[in-house]
Amino acid sequence: MITLSHYLILSAILFCIGLVGIYRRKNLLMLLFSTEILLNATNVGFAAISKFYGDLTGQMFAFFIVAVAASEVAVGLGLMIVWYKRRGTLDIDSMQSMHG
Amino acid sequence: MFEAIAFYLFSAVTISMFIITVMSKNALYSMSALAAGMIMISGFFFLLDADFLGVVQIIVYTGAVMALYAFGMMFFDATRDVKENIRAPKLVFLLSGMTALLLVLAFVAPIVSDHIQALYPVVDGVENPQAVGIVLFTKYLVPFEVAAVMLLVAMIAGIILAGKKMDESLTLKIDGDEEFQNKGSK
Repeated sequence: MITLSHYLILSAILFCIGLVGIYRRKNLLMLLFSTEILLNATNVGFAAISKFYGDLTGQMFAFFIVAVAASEVAVGLGLMIVWYKRRGTLDIDSMQSMHG
Repeated sequence: MFEAIAFYLFSAVTISMFIITVMSKNALYSMSALAAGMIMISGFFFLLDADFLGVVQIIVYTGAVMALYAFGMMFFDATRDVKENIRAPKLVFLLSGMTALLLVLAFVAPIVSDHIQALYPVVDGVENPQAVGIVLFTKYLVPFEVAAVMLLVAMIAGIILAGKKMDESLTLKIDGDEEFQNKGSK
């Protein structure tokens, strides 16, 4: 029998994978992919809680997260294209114009 | 029984796909694996009786978001391997594991205490899309409209950011490009 804990553990594992991606990758495109993974992991958690507590609020939150993810991708890709046109690379290490 | 089989199958495929996404050196493989993972995630939503959310997941993520990424890939050199210098890989795994554990503890703590009550209980005899519509257009009407405005703003921003100088080639060196790089290095 699959319980709420199963889904929450799965959600945590997926979130962990996304976090590894965020910490590990140095490419902007990969960072955007990792954020997608993070958002999806939370969506699974929300849907699971919504099912097991018989409440629709979790699904509503998941919908709004999907909307936020869609707009994030649109703006993020636009910014990335501008950056690539100017610098010719997507490496985060190249964003050191302040030399901090 | 079937639920358990489906759950374990979907979770195994999703986890492996997302690991490929995070670890792959090639951006194109990474994107394809991400799309496959998104489809598998929608399987969880169908398992959880959230039919509408599953359909939205397929349409928005694998339809719109992945198409956007594929479109963005045309600007970047997708066949070339992504070059990165990664420092201290073990520390990264440790840090992300600890952070995820902390986050899970922080979010699960109120749930464990059993003080959650269903504010919008699922009505019997109503299919999931109908129930979602009822809640979305009564209680969550204002956030819904705000989300619509946000999507419009994002669309305009995307068009303006990506659409400028669309006619110029990226692969051929532009004169202004080097000028900017010199300015940046000073």
